[in-house]
This record gives sequence, structure tokens and C-alpha cells, in this order.
Amino acid sequence: MKILYFAWLKTKLQMTAETIPWSEECRDTDNLVRWMKTRGPSFAEVFSDLEVVRIAVNQEYITGNTALGKEDEVAFFPPVTGG
Amino acid sequence: MIRVQRDIFDIGMEIEALTNERTDIGAVVSFTGLVRDFNDGSKVTGLSLEHYPGMTERELAKIEEEARARWDLQDSLIIHRYGEMALGEPIVLVVTASPHRQDAFEAAHFLMDWLKTKAPFWKQEMNASGKTNWVEERESDLKAARRWNSDA
Repeated sequence: MKILYFAWLKTKLQMTAETIPWSEECRDTDNLVRWMKTRGPSFAEVFSDLEVVRIAVNQEYITGNTALGKEDEVAFFPPVTGG
Repeated sequence: MIRVQRDIFDIGMEIEALTNERTDIGAVVSFTGLVRDFNDGSKVTGLSLEHYPGMTERELAKIEEEARARWDLQDSLIIHRYGEMALGEPIVLVVTASPHRQDAFEAAHFLMDWLKTKAPFWKQEMNASGKTNWVEERESDLKAARRWNSDA
């Protein structure tokens, strides 16, 4: 599963992308976020307030918990500020 | 048409290209967003924009499709830059063309409002001491975007 981070999430985690093996722990976006929080202090901080983290699966915004497969691309980013 | 690019663009040339050799267009509206030297009371010396390649193009295409379904548009263009930008440079251009002005005006307004809350771009400002700061979302932008939901 490919994971992407943008803007301040990327800065705080010091990582733009990573590939993680699919497991039961990350079978859907709710579980993936729960697992992310356990990966260390910077992950716990980044995922502490989900109001300021947007999630896209395969380049589409999700509206609720979304099932994940090993080929999926999941992106975490803050509210957008373009224009 | 959607273009996501690092390079600067020429507003006049873009509008000329869109209307060239067409005699059916009655109204052209354009909006250009520029890099300004202040934000929330602080001085800004430069801007950098990050985006999500792939998703950016998809989101912009969806927004454009929505505008063309809602208004009578003969053509439309969205150009959005990413990367480093100097003060005064253009960041974004929206152009809409229609037989009469109202469709072009409203569609351009809509495109900008939706783009600001949906297209995955993130601004990072630089100040005089070289510090960088990720720009935060504005409630006024969310409100502006929501306004177009009621008449869907």
C-alpha cells in the first residue's frame, strides 16, 4: 500500500511517501489511522487532530471509513490552500 | 481545459488563444490570483506551492465539468502553478467564455470558490528572515464555496 504525505504532515514526519505491507491493522482508513498513531511521537502528533487531516484514497477524497487493499494509494494532507 | 504547471503564464496570451478566430463568444471573464506581499498582517517575501500530482488534475477536471454542466459556457480554462513564485507573479488563472456575460461571470466565480476548497494545493509563505510557514485554511473560503451548494 502506498502512503503519501503533503504540506506540514510531510514536514513533521520528514517523509513524502512510503510503502507499507497490507495487513488486518490497515484494512480500512479508520484502522490505518489508528495504527499510524502508534508509530511514534511525530505520528501521534500528526494524527492527534483529525479535523485538520484530509484523506484521499486513489486520488479521491473519502467521505467515511473506506476499505483498503494492497494496491491502494492513500494520501494524508491538511485542508487545501490553493488559488 | 486544465493546466498545472511550474512556469509563469501570460494572461493576455491565454485569453487571446481561447478566443482566437471565434465569433460566437460574447463574453469572456478572467480571474487571476497573484502573490501578494502580506498575509494576516505579516509581511510575505515569497511563496511556494506544493500539490498532489494526479489528484490535482482530477479535481480540477471535476470542478470544470461541474461548471460546464451548470452554466452555458463555450469554453473554459484553468491554469494553476506550483513551485516557487515571486511577489506579484500570477498563481492561478480562470477564464470562462459564454454567449452572454452572466454565465461567464458566475462560472468564473464558482470555479475559483470550488478550486480553493477542493484542489489539492498547499501554500507555503516565506518571510524576510527566511522562515517558512504553511498557510492555513480560511473560514471565509469555506463559506464562499458552500454558497454554490444550495443552487445545485
